[in-house]
Parts: sequence; C-alpha cells; structure tokens
Amino acid sequence: MCVGAASAAPTAICSVEAMESSRIRDGVRAGLPLVLAPLLFGAGFGLLAVDAGMGSLGAVVMSATTFAGSAQFAAATILKDGGGILAATVAAILLNARYVPQSLAVASIFPGSRLRRLVESQLIVDESWALAGRSGRFDYGILVGVGILLYVLWVGGTAIGTVVGDLLDPEAIGLDAAFPALFLALLAPYLLSRRALATALVAGAITLALLPFTPPGVPIVAASLACLLGLRR
Amino acid sequence: MTWLVIGIVGAATIAFKASGPVLLGRRELPARALALVEALAPAMLAALVVTQTVGGDRAIVLDERLAGIVTGGAAVWLRAPLVVVMIVAAATAALIRLF
Repeated sequence: MCVGAASAAPTAICSVEAMESSRIRDGVRAGLPLVLAPLLFGAGFGLLAVDAGMGSLGAVVMSATTFAGSAQFAAATILKDGGGILAATVAAILLNARYVPQSLAVASIFPGSRLRRLVESQLIVDESWALAGRSGRFDYGILVGVGILLYVLWVGGTAIGTVVGDLLDPEAIGLDAAFPALFLALLAPYLLSRRALATALVAGAITLALLPFTPPGVPIVAASLACLLGLRR
Repeated sequence: MTWLVIGIVGAATIAFKASGPVLLGRRELPARALALVEALAPAMLAALVVTQTVGGDRAIVLDERLAGIVTGGAAVWLRAPLVVVMIVAAATAALIRLF
C-alpha cells in the first residue's frame, strides 16, 4: 500500500513497488467498463476451438499464450472449415503483426529486468494499449492493469466456453459494435491536432483501400506506416 | 496437428509483443523515432476503427456495426464517458438486429 502518495505522510515510505502496484490498481479500475466482452467472446472462442478440434486444453493454452481475440478466432475458424494448419497459422500471425509497432511504441514504459519486461509485455492488447495512451503519453499502470483484467477474463471465459459453451451471443447484445466506438472515442482527442488528423485520415484510407484485397491484419500494419507523416515538419 | 498452430502462433505473438520492451528497453529514442511513435497512436486507432466497423474476410462488410459507430460517434461528439459511448453503440446494433 502506498501511503505517502495519498496522505500528508512523508513520501519516503512510498517505495517504487508500492507506487507501481497502486498505478496498476488504477489501471484495473480503468478497464472495468470492458469486462463483459472478454468473458463472452472468450467463451465463444472456447466453444469454437473445441468444435475446431483443438480440445479444451488447446483452447485454454492458446488464450493464455496468444491472448489476442481476432487472431484466435481466425485460426480456429480456418481449422474448423478444414482450411489446414498452414493457412490457420499464417492468418493468425498476420493478424498479430500489428503488435510489433504497438510494442515498439510502448517499449520505454516497462521497468525492471529483461525477463520481467518480457512477461509484462504480454499484457499488450489493442484495448490495454489504446487506453494506456489515452493521456497522450503511454501509462504503464493502465497498460498492465487493464491487461491483467482482460487476461484473466479472456482465459477464464475460454475455459468456461469449453465446458458450458456460449454464455450469451455477444453479437446479440451488439458487443461487436462497441469496440469500433471505443477506438473512435480514444482517437477523438488526437484529432484536435491537424497533423494527427492527417495521419488518422491517411491510415483510415489505407485500411479501407486494402480491406477487400489483402488477408485480414495486413491493412492495419500497412496503415501504421501513416505514422511516417509524423516526421513531416 | 492443431498443437502446431497453437505453438507457432503463441511463440510468434509472444515475440511480437515483447519486441519493444525486450529489444529496445528503456533506451532513450532519438527525436525522429519519438515523432514516429507519437504519430503511431492516431494511425493505429484509425485503422482499428475502420477494420472493426466494416472489416470482413477480404471484404468490406456493411452491417449493424455501421449504425453503432454513427450513434457511438455522436456520443463521442457530446463528450460522453467511454462506457456510455460503448453502451450507445452496442444498444444501437442490438436493437437493429432485434427488429
């Protein structure tokens, strides 16, 4: 518990570790509006993965190691439709390639040893990454806090899905429409800057132009090249 | 054989996510690299908005998500909190699917 930060007590008793855990707690709180989706989509993935022949253990292991919804759904759908293991692997890897630029962008916020950074960086997912950047600078506590919350619900939801099946169709309650709106809300503050607005418009145009022609995942990676506009003076 | 998919995809994703914090670490980036990093957030967010609104498998799919982004966008315009924006978008899509 970090006493110094909240009270008039001397800040000397507030260790770095205590500061970090209090920031992570704030991060968990920041992720609370998102709790329903990973649970329901996680259960949906668990059910689909068992149908696809991955087995309950395989489904849970994939959620625990890959921890990226769209890639996991793509891989399981391809396996279920008989598309083969090569197609499933390539599709999932392309979908997750966007985590390279995302990871490079937040590299400097992770403290500690290389092993600790390796472990904690696994909590990078679109939602934790986007929420962590909300204030204009990436925040370690938000990324890790939101990431832990989503990780537990995603892996737990997957396990539930392999046993009891779908909890509730996420699309019936419109959850698939909630996420583009979330990302739009997180994008909005950037649009006040003309340069960021131009970057966003170019990125959106690249994505839209490539969507009909390239495998899923490629448009997002290509769109990240719009950040080269940031070099313009 | 599905374990091969699980193993390879898992290993690749772990490497992707770790690439920045493990390879770059806390090293100070040069100013030009920082400018790139700063511009990445609006680029990535715009791409996510587009793929999650109209993305399909090698296709542009126009469905209830589009109505959700319109009402959700209006909520953003009115400076509604994040959770309200998400509920407005989800409720819009859900209601249209109901009728």
